[in-house]
Amino acid sequence: MTVELANTCETQDQDALIAQSPLSIRGLTVSYGEKPAVFSVDMTVKPGQMTAIIGPNGAGKSTMLKAALGIVPPVSGRVQVFGRALDEQRARIAYVPQRASVDWDFPTRVIDVVLMGLYRELGLLGRIKASHRAKAMDCLDRVGMGDFAERQIGQLSGGQQQRVFLARALAQGADLYLLDEPFAGVDAATEKAIISVLKSLREAGKTVVVVHHDLATVTEYFDNVFLINTRRVAEGTVAEAFTEATLQVAYGGRLATTQVDQLARA
Amino acid sequence: MLLDALLLQLGYNATLVAIGAALLGTAAGITGTFLFLRKRALVSDAVSHATLPGVCIAFLLMAAFGADGRNLAGLLLGSAVSAGIGLWCMNWLTRNTRLAEDAAIGAVLSVFFGFGIVLLTVIQILGVGRQAGLEGFLLGSTAGMLYSDALVIAGGGALSLLMILLTRRPMTLVAFDPEYAAARGLPVERIDMLMMGLVMAVTVVGLKIVGLILIVALLIIPAVTARFWTERSDHVVLLAGLFGGLASYVGAALSASAPNLPTGPIIVLVSFGFFALSLFLAPNRGVLAAVMRHMRFQRRVHLRQGLLALAQGQAIYESLTLRLLRRAGLVRADGVATERGKARASKALRDERRWEIVRGDMAHEAAAALYDGLRDIETVLTQDQIVEIDRRIGGPREVLS
Repeated sequence: MTVELANTCETQDQDALIAQSPLSIRGLTVSYGEKPAVFSVDMTVKPGQMTAIIGPNGAGKSTMLKAALGIVPPVSGRVQVFGRALDEQRARIAYVPQRASVDWDFPTRVIDVVLMGLYRELGLLGRIKASHRAKAMDCLDRVGMGDFAERQIGQLSGGQQQRVFLARALAQGADLYLLDEPFAGVDAATEKAIISVLKSLREAGKTVVVVHHDLATVTEYFDNVFLINTRRVAEGTVAEAFTEATLQVAYGGRLATTQVDQLARA
Repeated sequence: MLLDALLLQLGYNATLVAIGAALLGTAAGITGTFLFLRKRALVSDAVSHATLPGVCIAFLLMAAFGADGRNLAGLLLGSAVSAGIGLWCMNWLTRNTRLAEDAAIGAVLSVFFGFGIVLLTVIQILGVGRQAGLEGFLLGSTAGMLYSDALVIAGGGALSLLMILLTRRPMTLVAFDPEYAAARGLPVERIDMLMMGLVMAVTVVGLKIVGLILIVALLIIPAVTARFWTERSDHVVLLAGLFGGLASYVGAALSASAPNLPTGPIIVLVSFGFFALSLFLAPNRGVLAAVMRHMRFQRRVHLRQGLLALAQGQAIYESLTLRLLRRAGLVRADGVATERGKARASKALRDERRWEIVRGDMAHEAAAALYDGLRDIETVLTQDQIVEIDRRIGGPREVLS
């Protein structure tokens, strides 16, 4: 009897958790061909915090994020955003794709890319007004790219391109920010600029989820981690889930024991 | 004669063709730009070749039911249906098999075109109706263009342009960053289909004037030409419309100015003329500009290296460097620095030091991005900023006893 009672309580807690969660994923499986890249993964992102998605190369980190957003069609799984269906909540999500996913010789200027973030506000035929421009400029200033507004995007360095992508996401004024490897191949100055923007978003009560590859900075940057290697390995606060044991499982033999030891203690 | 043609003084048919061609060229240039930006230019070639079986089948059907087999609206409807089937086959092949898009394009293009040619031969053998004129759809034929034909072209072109005006933002977003567009909830596949639908409409409408083999030129060349002149996608769209319209108008006029000049091919050649001019003469992306930029860059590198060598008392071995320094009056014939040369050299060395500070300071990031080892620092920073940097470097001070 008591056991059953406890179980119902637990389910209710679960439901409440999912309803509050900015992003909850249940049983998500994504497959390229017959080999699942992500298998039956559950994830419950905590509101107002910064979460890192970590795992070795090919572990399905980016794929999971893309499937959660419907960019890649999942084989199965349910995704809820702030307790409701994804499509009802699109306006509250800002996605920052990997820098390498676009052609930087595309004929467009930095300011035009940021204005794409205002797509919903502009509508199909609305004119771009001074207020839109001012908003875009403000977002560029926040990532330290204000002086680059009129430049051709092809002239930017990798780090600068990444910051322009972040500025475009900021322009959306979303509540949930999903970033795919924003620190990959960027300079130290860009990394600092991005992390300070993300922290300011957290202070404003926004939720940030980052696909991250650099284990050395996890403890410094994030509140929570989600470890994945096709399946979910661990999920929780950095102290709970970012341990020697979980890393060993996620990375298998790919990390030296001493390395894991250092990271877990850091 | 050509002037008469350009001023629409060559009679009713020539005028009709010139105006129709200009409208078609504008619509094709603008529509094709989105295809070009999406990097799917060749899809239009498959779509256009896939129209041929439709034209033939429509002709046969209309002839069989006793109607005039050459009714343009009927033929265009047929071509649209078979182009749509071709497009669907291509999408299916790319999505559901391991074939890449280029292979799917090749397969669809050749099979549909081959089938069309077979049907064309059958029609000739059968001798049904008055088949003369169907071959005109291959390379276009404007000789017998009717007022109603021009209306069909104008209407189709205008409708395509209206659709583009409505959907230019989502189409640009999908072309630049399809993943981001999908994350924002845009129906990427449907937008791509709409784009292809518009291309199909322009192709079908253009069959009469340029023919199905050459319509791809009208879709793609204006966009590529426009890209040479601007770095903004909205300007590429407008310029492509302008280039496309102008080339078609001039081409149609040219072909009307002498007997037996084919309209479609002449339009394509004029369009290519604009492309070639842009390729060489465009200010930033043009070939000539690139060559000149490289030569100027090389001279600046040599001058700068020479000045730095002078400042540090190193010998200069490169003859180009010495020649440039001499010509600028910075060294004498024997290779010794003049007074002006010494001043410039020490300035160059000091700028190196200043740049080091600028590049190490996030506050100067925009300026630092312009660093190329060549620029005078005052072209990038204000006098106040330079004074501030010099304060940090610390200048030579007088020794006080």
